[in-house]
Amino acid sequence: MSFAIEAAGLVKRFGKTLAVNEVDLAVSQGKVLGLLGPNGAGKTTVVRMLATLLRPDAGHATVCGADIVRQADRVRELIGLTGQYAAVDEDLTGFENLLLIGRLLEIPKPEAKRRSQELLERFDLADAGGRSVKTYSGGMRRRLDLAASLVQRPEVLFLDEPTTGLDPRSRGEVWAMIRELVAEGTTVLLTTQYLDEADRLANEIAVVDHGRVIATGTSAELKAKIGRQTLDVRPADPADLEVVSQIIAAAAGVPPASTEEDPGLLSVAVDEPQVMPAVVARLEADQIEVTEMALRLASLDEVFMALTGYTTEDGDR
Amino acid sequence: MTAIATTSAAAEAPATARRMTPARATRHALTLAWRALVRIRRNPEQLLDVTLQPIVFVTLFVFLFGGSIRGLDRHGYLQYVLPGITVLTVVFASMGTGIGLNTDLTKGIFDRFRSMPIARSAPLTGTILGDFFRYVVSIAIVFAYGSLLGFRIATNPVFALGAVVLMFVFGFAVGWIWVLLGLYVKSPQSLQGFGFIVMFPLTFGSNVFVQTSTLPGWLQAWVKINPVTALSEATRGLVLGGPIAGAAWQAIAWSIAITLVFAPIAVRRYRRVG
Repeated sequence: MSFAIEAAGLVKRFGKTLAVNEVDLAVSQGKVLGLLGPNGAGKTTVVRMLATLLRPDAGHATVCGADIVRQADRVRELIGLTGQYAAVDEDLTGFENLLLIGRLLEIPKPEAKRRSQELLERFDLADAGGRSVKTYSGGMRRRLDLAASLVQRPEVLFLDEPTTGLDPRSRGEVWAMIRELVAEGTTVLLTTQYLDEADRLANEIAVVDHGRVIATGTSAELKAKIGRQTLDVRPADPADLEVVSQIIAAAAGVPPASTEEDPGLLSVAVDEPQVMPAVVARLEADQIEVTEMALRLASLDEVFMALTGYTTEDGDR
Repeated sequence: MTAIATTSAAAEAPATARRMTPARATRHALTLAWRALVRIRRNPEQLLDVTLQPIVFVTLFVFLFGGSIRGLDRHGYLQYVLPGITVLTVVFASMGTGIGLNTDLTKGIFDRFRSMPIARSAPLTGTILGDFFRYVVSIAIVFAYGSLLGFRIATNPVFALGAVVLMFVFGFAVGWIWVLLGLYVKSPQSLQGFGFIVMFPLTFGSNVFVQTSTLPGWLQAWVKINPVTALSEATRGLVLGGPIAGAAWQAIAWSIAITLVFAPIAVRRYRRVG
């Protein structure tokens, strides 16, 4: 067996909508595959099929060699699933939630109790273990959810947008815990709409859009695939934005763009090495001061933009 | 993507899943019923409908109608109506099963159960069994409040217990109807709206409040086939004396039939909830 997760030609329709269109995936044991795409791209549907919650309309897939349709019961013994929203019982305490999962897995009570306590400690929830989950913060719930999917020590862990809606600190904590699990040999399939999350956690990234995988590779390979560098220029005086924009457009052949968060920074993809010196020369000639000027490899954001035609931020279509 | 051959721990694990046996399925269901009990302990207000409603029913019917039923004084009517009201509160309480299930479905926890190696029916059976505690509470309240007003069991505790068991069996069966509705409707509110349309003919269109012989012919026809009539007649027989067997068997037959029809449809539907 070479792959922990293998899928070929997976298709899922919801009415007339083709949610997943011929998706092929392969994840080696102990690796992390990041499914990257905007909302509605079909990432969650892929995970739900692999986790036996949905039957594919066509194609087939295996988890550790077990077929997700014909051997669904076997697959369920091998996987852990953490969904988009924390799948824990609000009325129970953190400890009771883990105990419930342990008892459902038919782990003898003393051992299930020990395992629950151990997981609470590992996920920094030992102090809150006796409290009702209702009182937990978003980050704590997510960590408990992650702990709940580990009670059975899964071979393969599905994480569907594990950090959506978390503050940066909680995100960092969840990331650290995922890395730890991977270091122990767990195979992870992660969906995310955050490029930095895919960049930081995944060995391989599959970019998903409109139900299709449109590109796969490591983050470096994807960046190289676009093959371009980006020129960033920040005029010292925002009043110069218009004229600097024209200078860059003249040198690069296309007008630069700025983002909403940072309207003072002009960026443009460049193919030719002489673009930057040309821009520098014109700026000097016109005596325009800039506070920032850099040539860098495209970010995953830009790669995504180039592959799909839009940014992840306006992914809600 | 390059294939890296690795030895997986799973490769040495058995290739087939553990067999699902009725014993395992029961264990799973009981574990989930335990969860329901813990939730009731945390939110005792969930018991409000099964505690206050029976008291309101008994008070209203005994004092509103008790004096106007031909041939019965108020105490006589209390004796007549109380076993039926017990049945009624159990049937009403069973609607909570569907509401609870529907609420659960909208949260992620059922996805977790469905991705686990447990019996497919367990989350549904567990929900129904968890509601038995609500039935116990409502039955106890009706009898306790009734005896305050002067109600007396005319048979013996064993027969009375038999009546309780019969109500459990029927509650379990009707629970499957609510489970199925709970799987179909979009929100607990719409279930409630729909529920009352089913509930009123089933409960009030029975012999719980008045004797069948006082009703017009077309209504008699419905009342006679209504399973709630059979159940309340059996309960009355078990608590007050009189014929039992015919009505009891009818109630049991109804319970089995309802379970056989609705449980498989509900489990099938549950498997497909995406």
